[in-house]
Amino acid sequence: MSGTQTTYNDKVVRQFAVMTVIWGIVGMLVGVIIAAQLVWPELNFGPWLHFGRLRPLHTNAVIFAFGGCALFATSYWVVQRTCHTRLWGGPLIPFTFWGWQIIILLAAITLPLGITSGKEYAELEWPVDILITLVWVSYALVFFGTIGKRTVSHIYVANWFFGAFIIAVALLHLVNSAAMPITLTKSYSAYSGVQDAMIQWWYGHNAVGFFLTAGFLGMMYYFVPKQAGRPVYSYRLSVVHFWALIFTYMWAGPHHLHYTALPDWTQSVGMVFSLILLAPSWGGMINGIMTLSGAWHKLRDDPVLKFLITSLSFYGMSTFEGPMMSIKTVNALSHYTDWTVGHVHSGALGWVAMVSIGSIYYLLPKLFGKKEMYSTGLVTTHFWIATIGTVLYIASMWIAGVMQGLMWRAVNADGTLAYSFVESVKGSYPFWAIRWLGGVLFLTGMLLMAYNMFKTIAGGKTEDMPVIAPAGHHA
Amino acid sequence: MESIYLLIPVSVLLVFGIAGAFWWSVKSGQFDDLEGPGFRVLMEDEERKARQDQPMVEKECER
Repeated sequence: MSGTQTTYNDKVVRQFAVMTVIWGIVGMLVGVIIAAQLVWPELNFGPWLHFGRLRPLHTNAVIFAFGGCALFATSYWVVQRTCHTRLWGGPLIPFTFWGWQIIILLAAITLPLGITSGKEYAELEWPVDILITLVWVSYALVFFGTIGKRTVSHIYVANWFFGAFIIAVALLHLVNSAAMPITLTKSYSAYSGVQDAMIQWWYGHNAVGFFLTAGFLGMMYYFVPKQAGRPVYSYRLSVVHFWALIFTYMWAGPHHLHYTALPDWTQSVGMVFSLILLAPSWGGMINGIMTLSGAWHKLRDDPVLKFLITSLSFYGMSTFEGPMMSIKTVNALSHYTDWTVGHVHSGALGWVAMVSIGSIYYLLPKLFGKKEMYSTGLVTTHFWIATIGTVLYIASMWIAGVMQGLMWRAVNADGTLAYSFVESVKGSYPFWAIRWLGGVLFLTGMLLMAYNMFKTIAGGKTEDMPVIAPAGHHA
Repeated sequence: MESIYLLIPVSVLLVFGIAGAFWWSVKSGQFDDLEGPGFRVLMEDEERKARQDQPMVEKECER
């Protein structure tokens, strides 16, 4: 048993890393299917595979299954390495893995069956919500337990981001999912009307801020320096970035409810906080990209670094676009159009998926006792396919979105609407086809990654690595 | 806007929590060195490489 004290627990990292790729393929495949359904409506088969039921399955699968597994894998790897200790938590550790997989399976079964609470990004019904709470509390215990038994006094900045993400998601989930169960598969929200909408978007936007931003920034602050072989551009800035981001994030949610029954002042507060967020976001983006300062040549032949740095460029772009779209006058044009969908995917594909893919490519060879991935060429191909797919997706949605916004607001001289709604749908078809193509490309990249991953795993040793004593100390 | 009566106290509590964490981190010397930690993350690799030259069993006996 003394042997287990001296190695890192990489088994759970391995499990989550492999499932990241698997769930990435599943989630993106569902995305491609629903994109195809918009172009070819005949593809809506029966009630179970209808757009309305597959769409929440897509969002849940890519955010919580793909993104979630990536966050579990990287946070467990990073917290052990930077705290120079083995994961704390014993049976809680495998419980976080198996519990999370069961939640994903339950989502994949219940959502197509139409069992939903109807809250965006929180559709799962109350029994699954309770299971999520249990897994999340275990995750927090494992993570903070490991921080607690660290053998160095300093807590590396990546862990602060991961820690904030874990605490904030727990809080958001508990408040937003409060509901009164009626049967096993149906519950009613504890809030109603505009109150419910406010709580929902307080949750929804902070899920973007803490699940899809803070967690992945933790990833960025570890894997970008490691892959570049250089310390983060400014460690001081990374600390400022962290505190600025978490002190200001919580109140951006109302920008999802501009021009609704939500009181005007609440909408304006949401807009102001969203604009403030530009500063910490760009501070972090610049800090990440400038890590390569003086070593830009490394980008030329390292596809993993290409993924990580490109992800930061998309992060910068979408955190500029987001605050702009939260301005009420811009929102009057953009809201309810495909521009919003494009914005989400510039963050989701460009930032979240690419930084995860880069980090998982960094981890896979190390986890399976190899020097590098089976094929670096395939990683490069994956990078270019993914980038082209993302650009096609975003550009087509920009055009479609602005077109829709302009058509919906156009009025004739006599004050009647210039276009019927269905005319804007008709005009959107070519762009929806381009979006579908972009999605197909992105999914193809994930399939290449899976092939590359299984070839890398084949014949590899899965020995856990010994815990490394902090620099300057010897065991 | 009754939901504000929930969200504002939650946010205020959270800000106090964050402020507490910040106070602790300053007091406990988390920010005493704002250069070194950036470099220290990179140092694991060299150590691991040196250690991997020795066979696994030997390493465990050392401990």
